Amino acid sequence: MTRPTVDLRPTTQPPRAPSRPITSLLVRPQVIALVAVLLVNWALFPGFFTITWQDGRLFGSLIDVLNRGAPVAILAIGMTAVIATKGVDLSVGAVMAISGAVAAVLVTSGVAAPVAVLVALGTGLLCGLWNGILVTVLDIQPIIATLVLMVAGRGLAQLVTEGYIVTFSDPLLIFIGTGSFLGLPMPVIIALVLMVAATLIVRRTALGLLIEAVGVNRSAARFAGLSANALLLIVYTFAGFCAAIAGLIVAGDIRGADANNAGLWLELDAILAVVIGGTSLMGGRFSIPMAVLGAMIIQAMNTGILISGFSPEFNLVVKSAVIIVILVLQSPLSARLLRRLPGTPK
Amino acid sequence: MNRSLRPLVATTLIFLFAFLLAVLQHPAMMSTRVLGNFLTDNAFLGIAAVGMTFVILSGGIDLSVGAVIGFTTVLIAVLIMWLDLHPLLAFAIALGVAGSFGAVMGAAIHYLKVPSFIVTLAGMFLARGGASVLSSDSIGIQHEFYSTVSKSYILLPGGGRLTVIGIIMLVVFAGAILLAHRTRFGSNVYALGGSETSAALMGVPVARTTIMIYALSSALAGLAGVVFSLYTSAGYSLNALGVELDAIAAVVIGGTLLTGGYGFIAGTFIGVMLQGLVQTYIVFDGTLSSWWTKIVVGVLLFMFILLQRLVFRAGSRRT
Repeated sequence: MTRPTVDLRPTTQPPRAPSRPITSLLVRPQVIALVAVLLVNWALFPGFFTITWQDGRLFGSLIDVLNRGAPVAILAIGMTAVIATKGVDLSVGAVMAISGAVAAVLVTSGVAAPVAVLVALGTGLLCGLWNGILVTVLDIQPIIATLVLMVAGRGLAQLVTEGYIVTFSDPLLIFIGTGSFLGLPMPVIIALVLMVAATLIVRRTALGLLIEAVGVNRSAARFAGLSANALLLIVYTFAGFCAAIAGLIVAGDIRGADANNAGLWLELDAILAVVIGGTSLMGGRFSIPMAVLGAMIIQAMNTGILISGFSPEFNLVVKSAVIIVILVLQSPLSARLLRRLPGTPK
Repeated sequence: MNRSLRPLVATTLIFLFAFLLAVLQHPAMMSTRVLGNFLTDNAFLGIAAVGMTFVILSGGIDLSVGAVIGFTTVLIAVLIMWLDLHPLLAFAIALGVAGSFGAVMGAAIHYLKVPSFIVTLAGMFLARGGASVLSSDSIGIQHEFYSTVSKSYILLPGGGRLTVIGIIMLVVFAGAILLAHRTRFGSNVYALGGSETSAALMGVPVARTTIMIYALSSALAGLAGVVFSLYTSAGYSLNALGVELDAIAAVVIGGTLLTGGYGFIAGTFIGVMLQGLVQTYIVFDGTLSSWWTKIVVGVLLFMFILLQRLVFRAGSRRT
């Protein structure tokens, strides 16, 4: 059942990645899906594509989609790496709540905002490290290992905020959630920077290849000389870090830390975004930009449902339909059917 | 002593020890009243956890149980209040719908070869969404059947009440223990959890068993929904939010191995009672806030996963 995706034999000359024309990017199913959803939104709401410049920043429904989708996109960046190693991180929503709570409580107790932000990010790193230790040292299945923090994490966040919704008026935290830079909302900028940085790091170094190797076959990767455990630790810590950033954005957006509702169920959206982005839950090949695109598709659907006047809960039905379609398309069953069709390559 | 019983014994001892500690601090906890409420308050969780035990024994996971409970409560409320059906008929319809829902999920898991986790995630979205499409508001149920049920109980010595829904849970546990250990279906579930390939080679009907496991889990979640409906006399699409996590925690604390193939239904009962004990203790204490429940359950979950690791590493050296 395993299909080799990487050739680990040493070669004198590293194989060059085949250069793809930029047009091949545009015919990806994810891009087509995003365009389709946006067109539906446009049909429902003719002013959808209107973008105006006001008070030194862009305004419009499209910008709103980018802005609202940014937290899930950031989570999806970390989640992609985790899923590529054949794991999953259920705790990111809870980690968001913890990081928001830590930042809010520190700021309200008089700590300087940059320090509070750093401590919150550090807390996220620690949470991710904890997950990584459970997965590597104790060798627990990722779903269950991260379930521990998912269950206990919200309790911890409540402990930090002592059960209150801690509100703050610190300009830096609010800027992270609602500010703008170069005309774009700050969350969008953060998501873009993180996406580009993460993509460069995994694609310009061997890291991406190593992550895929661990995801395809962990023992084989270890026998091939990779320190799979160190790699898994890095990946889960990175997911915790991404969750902490998303938590800061959500807290800054509402100017408060809500331990009960911050990031609630966002782990599921993040997983969905990664799956829409074409990364298989069985590990292996992955694409961070496609996962970010997946997050944008989800948010465009959310916005579309809201402006068409359906109740937000209707979203869940649509999301489940999307998952079902993707599952059917990814299944070996449909692959076999496709292969039987004449004229299609493999 | 049989090594395979160790986790079960460990769980039971920890429960008894925790209960003893709690009673030493609050002697009032040692009464049949508290014990009766234990059963009543955790009935829906217990019933859902039984279904989850079968799923985890077979090596899968079911994230949809909480959503199915919520959907069932709304469906029952709609059938009784809007369509004037008798509650018993509404219960039968709800159980049928829930069971078929699970069967479809099981079929998707088997035939599409996708992880159970993502299929049941879709099921969770679908059930929550479906419930809020039926009605996004809470629907109160007024029916004489409900008031009769809530008034009927068996009086225990000491003033405790064994309510109808408490009895339903005990019956479900007894039935599930028989189903798991005394029927061919039960053996098939264990075989599937041990290794799907070996099970198929031994002649276990993998497709049928998988479909039956998820149908059973959803039907039990449906029954939990019935109990929840009787317990709260209302249907609401956001009922039982996150119960799947509590159920998974109960199963793990009960000593069932998450990789499948090993565990006991009786352990799940102790797992549910242990969670109930934590909640009751926090209520009795009065100074602790309810968020401690989550933390303590998380810590217990972690401890038991660790315990399983140690026991099984010491037990066998297979990887």
